[in-house]
Amino acid sequence: MSFLEYAPAPESRAILSLRDSYGLFIDGEFVDGRGTPFQSISPASEEKIATIANANAADVDDAVAAARRAHDRVWSRMSGRDRGKYLFRIARLIQERARELAVAESLDNGKPIKESRDVDVPLVAAWFFYYAGWADKLDYAGLGASPKALGVAAQVIPWNFPLLMLAWKIAPALAAGNTVVLKPAETTPLTALIFAEIVQQADLPPGVVNIITGAGDTGAALVGHGDVDKVAFTGSTAVGRAIAKQVAGTHKKVTLELGGKAANIVFDDAPIDQAIEGIVNGIFFNQGHVCCAGSRLLVQESIHDEVVERLKTRLSTLRLGDPLDKNTDIGAINSREQLDRIRELSDAGVAEGADRWSAPCEIPENGFWYAPTIFTNVQTSNRIAREEIFGPVLSVLTFRTPQEAIAKANNTPYGLSAGIWTDKGSRILAVADQLRAGVVWANTFNRFDPSSPFGGYKESGYGREGGRHGLGAYLAPASVTRAGRPAPRAVEAASAASAAAADEKPARRTRRTTKPAKKGAAK
Amino acid sequence: MSRLAVPKTYKLFIGGAFPRSESGRTYEVRSADGAFLANAAKASRKDARDAVVAARGAVAGWAGATAYNRGQVLYRIAELLEGRRAQFVAEIEEAEGLTRAQAGAQVDEAIDRWVWYAGWADKFAQVAGNANPVAGPYFNISVPEPTGVVAIVAPQDSSLVGFVSAIAPALVAGNAVVVVASERFPLSAISLAEVLATSDVPKGVVNVLTGAPAEIAPWLASHADVSALDLVGAGDLDWVDLEIAAADTLKRVLRPEQGPDAAAPALDRIAAFTETKTVWHTKSLR
Repeated sequence: MSFLEYAPAPESRAILSLRDSYGLFIDGEFVDGRGTPFQSISPASEEKIATIANANAADVDDAVAAARRAHDRVWSRMSGRDRGKYLFRIARLIQERARELAVAESLDNGKPIKESRDVDVPLVAAWFFYYAGWADKLDYAGLGASPKALGVAAQVIPWNFPLLMLAWKIAPALAAGNTVVLKPAETTPLTALIFAEIVQQADLPPGVVNIITGAGDTGAALVGHGDVDKVAFTGSTAVGRAIAKQVAGTHKKVTLELGGKAANIVFDDAPIDQAIEGIVNGIFFNQGHVCCAGSRLLVQESIHDEVVERLKTRLSTLRLGDPLDKNTDIGAINSREQLDRIRELSDAGVAEGADRWSAPCEIPENGFWYAPTIFTNVQTSNRIAREEIFGPVLSVLTFRTPQEAIAKANNTPYGLSAGIWTDKGSRILAVADQLRAGVVWANTFNRFDPSSPFGGYKESGYGREGGRHGLGAYLAPASVTRAGRPAPRAVEAASAASAAAADEKPARRTRRTTKPAKKGAAK
Repeated sequence: MSRLAVPKTYKLFIGGAFPRSESGRTYEVRSADGAFLANAAKASRKDARDAVVAARGAVAGWAGATAYNRGQVLYRIAELLEGRRAQFVAEIEEAEGLTRAQAGAQVDEAIDRWVWYAGWADKFAQVAGNANPVAGPYFNISVPEPTGVVAIVAPQDSSLVGFVSAIAPALVAGNAVVVVASERFPLSAISLAEVLATSDVPKGVVNVLTGAPAEIAPWLASHADVSALDLVGAGDLDWVDLEIAAADTLKRVLRPEQGPDAAAPALDRIAAFTETKTVWHTKSLR
């Protein structure tokens, strides 16, 4: 046994009490879906986990109607204090059932248990705790006194952080007084359905949270539903674009958290040991299934060879395998489809002349796997330097001056995140100023916190999740006309008159007839 | 015998210069009672593209100026407007068929709005940004930054107040703008451009197009180097198609507003054209 070989240390699955099949969670109850049910499988073994209901357009109607009723009759009339107490309850129940949720997540998603147990689920609880406290403090959210909930929120989330993305969506929406219909990704519905049980345990009024499962057509039907007031989507830029088109001309408010191709910039004076760990965490965390992954390593030319050598050494120590094993560093790729995409882009990298190196590791027989991979000699025009791979593949590029690093970092239609590694504080501040990215990590990477706004520039989407900004995404100022705000005298007079009219009903802009759903899968 | 007047030629304002439309086209601007006032340039797709190029080139300088400096420059515009008050009053009186007092009130309002927005330049980040108490050894701060190039369809039923209300908020945070003026009342917009040209606003920060919004707006909505689209004055256009076109590059879009409250001064209008950047700084004694 070398020092890298350990006996298997699997987390027990006994804590799970899964059902054979799951229905849709609508109006506080599990009901059958009217579409054709599908299987959720473990990507690590391809074994079937459960049969999942598929929501068709009629089911979407039911879910939205339930959310509307709950909003109008219960949730919008409840005090912020009580809404907050429900959210605190949910946060506590998540903590109590944390291990169960972590095991379910790793089983369904393929991510290592050490990540679901130590990152995903604790953040989920933290997210509910954070927003629970906001529910009775909305006057301080920065939108003036007595801001209003938007109404019914349609939320579509991806498969990379299934339960965490649910928390990012549901916690602020509920705190602000909205009700929600959430659709988890087709390949990872399990923890959302366990969350539905938690909602029942918390005795949340029926209809406040509705969870419907299905594929892209279910998501499109939900987003396009005429009685939805807010759309929040996390997933690919292609689907985000389709959603932006779908909601054009409606009254719906939209938050889109889309793809990225983050630059992780390493200067020659960087604390090198920490930087190596940060680079590894930046791209190999969650098998690289991270929209803000540091997929483009920009390393100063003078330390390129050293950094690459150290990276290879470090990657050779990573353990790929059973997601439920506590020693596993790299879990399974979430689906065959995603594995194919990673392979295709990786092969394109070789075809375009970059040099591929993959960590030597044994690939299990069943399931979907991809060894941690580094590309050197990458040109900025290569597909692997431009397109989001969403897998454990790092492209290494070089720069000589800070100006060149900034120019290369910004040379992408994306703008979600970036990293800076240097010992020089003033340089961090100056570079951070010039990076066109919504989140910048200095001498760290992939940190998340419920109090910290997250979201993109450019084609990485718009709106923020987390913090006070994330709350604002689910609120409107008290009056849709802008009465009551500081404004020059003539405006105050004019808007005071129209404010009275506006108070009766929020002015809805011209609505466009909803187009038939035809959008691709949300992921 | 009365003196023969010297009429003004109204042109576009692109990159700090006053070119005619490259298309060579003009259209007649008439007063409320139908009298000929002037020929205005009828901007083309190429003019719109030139304006976007000029705006993109101006973003770094304007966004990089200190907030205090931007505030001073914007306040200076109000000063110059005040000095040319009589000219604007006369222009609006004629174009919109208002009384002198009504036109005067409009100009006063426009000037006051400049002052209101100018004062926000060095305060907005304090109100829209904040420190975040994250659970770890990090200094975590969120600040607003300008979105980039903002294309605007100005309110169509107003000469000056609507125009000012649309461009001022986008400028506060450091964006550069390409604005399509009111088709019917374009003259005050060009006169305002003359004010901008003699103020300290760097060239390219504001670019003014006159002509048919229905013709120009689609090119701006689909232009990949436009970061955001303000459709405040596009209510009578096929604005849904503009929003759909804007979605191709995920532009930030503000939908049309109608009535006297359209584009009323609000912090929202500044925030709409900013991006929140969050930076995590590691804390360590080592």
